[in-house]
Amino acid sequence: MLKARLKGLALQALAMALAFGAVSLILISAGASPLEAYQNMFFGSVGSTRKFAEVLVAFVPLLLATAGLLVTFSAGLWNIGVEGQVVMGAIVTTWVYRLFLESALPPALIISLAILGGMIGGAVWAALTGLLKTFGGVNEIFGGLGLNFVATAWTIYLIFGPWKRPGVASMSGTMPFPDEFSLPLLANLRISPWALALALIAIVIIYFLLQGTYFGLKLKAVGKNFRAAYLLGIPTWRYSLYSFLICGALAGAAGAVQVAAVYHRLIPSISSGYGYLGLMVAMLINYQAIWAIPVALLFAALNIGSIQLPIMMKLDSSLSGVLQGALVLFVLLMEGVRQKIVKRAP
Amino acid sequence: MHVELKNIHKHFGKVHANKDICLNIPSGSIQGVLGENGAGKSTLMKILSGFIQADTGSQIILDGKPVVMHSPADAIRYGIGMLHQDPLDFPPMRILDNFLLGLPGKFFPNQKKAMQDFNALAKEYGFALDPESYVDALTVGERQQLEIMRLLFLGAKILILDEPTTGISAAQKEKLFATLKKLAEQSITIIFVSHKLEDVESLCGQVAVLRAGELVGELKPPYVTAKFIEMMFGKAITLGEKQSLAQTELTLLLDNIALEDARLKIKGVNLEVRAGEVIGLAGMEGSGQDLFMRACAGLARTVGGRIQLKGQDLSGKSYHVFKRKGVNFLPAARLEEALVPGLNLMEHFILAERPAGIFIDQTAGEKLAEERIRAFNIRGAPLSKIESLSGGNQQRAELALLQTPLSLILLEHPTRGLDIESVIYIWSKLKERCAQGSAVIFISSDLDEILQYSDRILVFFAGQVSQPIDASKTNVEQLGQLIGGKGWANYA
Repeated sequence: MLKARLKGLALQALAMALAFGAVSLILISAGASPLEAYQNMFFGSVGSTRKFAEVLVAFVPLLLATAGLLVTFSAGLWNIGVEGQVVMGAIVTTWVYRLFLESALPPALIISLAILGGMIGGAVWAALTGLLKTFGGVNEIFGGLGLNFVATAWTIYLIFGPWKRPGVASMSGTMPFPDEFSLPLLANLRISPWALALALIAIVIIYFLLQGTYFGLKLKAVGKNFRAAYLLGIPTWRYSLYSFLICGALAGAAGAVQVAAVYHRLIPSISSGYGYLGLMVAMLINYQAIWAIPVALLFAALNIGSIQLPIMMKLDSSLSGVLQGALVLFVLLMEGVRQKIVKRAP
Repeated sequence: MHVELKNIHKHFGKVHANKDICLNIPSGSIQGVLGENGAGKSTLMKILSGFIQADTGSQIILDGKPVVMHSPADAIRYGIGMLHQDPLDFPPMRILDNFLLGLPGKFFPNQKKAMQDFNALAKEYGFALDPESYVDALTVGERQQLEIMRLLFLGAKILILDEPTTGISAAQKEKLFATLKKLAEQSITIIFVSHKLEDVESLCGQVAVLRAGELVGELKPPYVTAKFIEMMFGKAITLGEKQSLAQTELTLLLDNIALEDARLKIKGVNLEVRAGEVIGLAGMEGSGQDLFMRACAGLARTVGGRIQLKGQDLSGKSYHVFKRKGVNFLPAARLEEALVPGLNLMEHFILAERPAGIFIDQTAGEKLAEERIRAFNIRGAPLSKIESLSGGNQQRAELALLQTPLSLILLEHPTRGLDIESVIYIWSKLKERCAQGSAVIFISSDLDEILQYSDRILVFFAGQVSQPIDASKTNVEQLGQLIGGKGWANYA
């Protein structure tokens, strides 16, 4: 048992080494020093308090999206639509803020309402995918992908149409909200402890939901064998929908935080791709909630660290994406290798 | 082809699945391999057909030459073809395409030539298969015929059949046996794996009996059934007295119900089932008994008539309503429909109990699981994943998931693929339920099982349903005729 676990860990380490090796080859072929690039990425993410705060800014929506995806993956659903659910969360949060622009209500209440609105927006968008699957027979991958495009197009429409800045509409987004609409930030940093707390509480709740509750157990049964779960008396369609609602709400919260704590307005790329990145994190951790925090943190650090690359080395910052993709691929590959070894062992 | 197995050993972890097995099978003979579940038959056959490799030191010798096989493709090159319990075909494809699969690779197969070969081969063995039709329209028996043709066409000189008579009708079995005898005359070696005594007795020229991974001995005709059983189990086993536990209370009332699916129409079925009564459903696979059973569970919609359970009308209600009223359905496809691979035994028991509250009570769960494991004699631990259990233990686990109390238990092939000991055990558990007042309706393709355990029998033929037949006043021959569509005048 222990030996098998050690073997598993060794293979994971090998996967990491292979991923970094592959990316190093790419760097060398581009005439850059891999060591220098990794060094830049490392110090670019944890080199200063300010930089680490930026990592946390990316970490919050990524962890929220991952937490949500753990629920849909448990239910056996590929919620590719998570990206659109993040966007919808941002749109509804912006909309709630706009409703209260002239209001005399305390800002804390307005912020809470806006974030709650974002969660509901994400949940409704996810429910749409779920309903399409349940009643329309549309696979959630196709439904989700379609709704992602709709959500993005809607953002652009709102920014250039009804919510455009006075004077001239611009890609830089809607008019920024007044300062009191922002979630409180740490002094001189861009990270909001409230947002961080929200994300951490979310992943803890999801962990216990999946590990220790009857709800989580039923969800897993639905995910692993829909037909048998139905015969065991579980209302399967309802549980699929619940999982969409939970994931949508958490993805919506990610979008809400992007508006309320990071950009303070709606911008065209408000989701920053954290939905898709969350899918990668969830796959990398093999759908185990306990690993979500370290891996999401690593991915966030890679994202932020790579910002240094164009500045210091004239390399494109998308290298972080290459590294993340390579990590997921090699870890999945090594998982396949491990299963082969287990099968062959006498 | 002459097959010699020498000192075959196979370990799976600590389990010694094959212990020093030596077998000598002459060319053109029909060799039976008999044993209860877990005796090591399947392992031995998988070794011979290249699916798994035996431990070092084991030898397979074909026509005097030792061979080493690393895959089923290797095996078929040496002329060894295996017919699996579930035919390995692709239901949504045409028969001809299935036939072409696995032929040594050309990118563009010659369809016309293949069609001619197919028809010639089908004619030779008297199989009525239309190469243009689709595999999902075939019965299990016809799919076996297709698979046999494919293997022969690939050049198989040794044909291994793993439990081929499960799930096929008596008529199809006769046809299969005739084909196998014909093949043996053409000096093709047949290895017939089964746990059914009568099949082995009527077909095989010699029979090897396995028990707990060891070759216990070989028998030649004339066979003595009692001797077989003693060798298989190490002791004598009898089925026991037939007993009826039917009570007077009415459990299920079917009033003129009508059912429909894509292929069948069933009309005007009336049936009253009493508490404790056992009803057996006989018929060729796909004759309507599965549809009928699913309707009794609320899983298939009725298009007419009424279903009443203990006086309550449940027509048109869903399975979950039926389940709340005390109806449980156990499907035949255990890992596909009944159990959840990836979850352990304890989690299954917890789910079946429909627990209240939010957080899982781990201690209570483990206690529950241990109780059930003991009560149902399951070989496994509360944390064993369900897919790691053997078929017989999965079946026991399924039974252990039944709620208490129950009005009606519906079972599809409750003992398919199980050995006699497990069969007796499972029926003793079901009869306990009958004594507590549950009615049982079950489907089986084993007529002896139906006669032994039912009070009354319904026979299905192409959507026709017979009047209930008293099980003590009929026999295998009569049921066999009805299943084949003959002698319906008195029962329709």
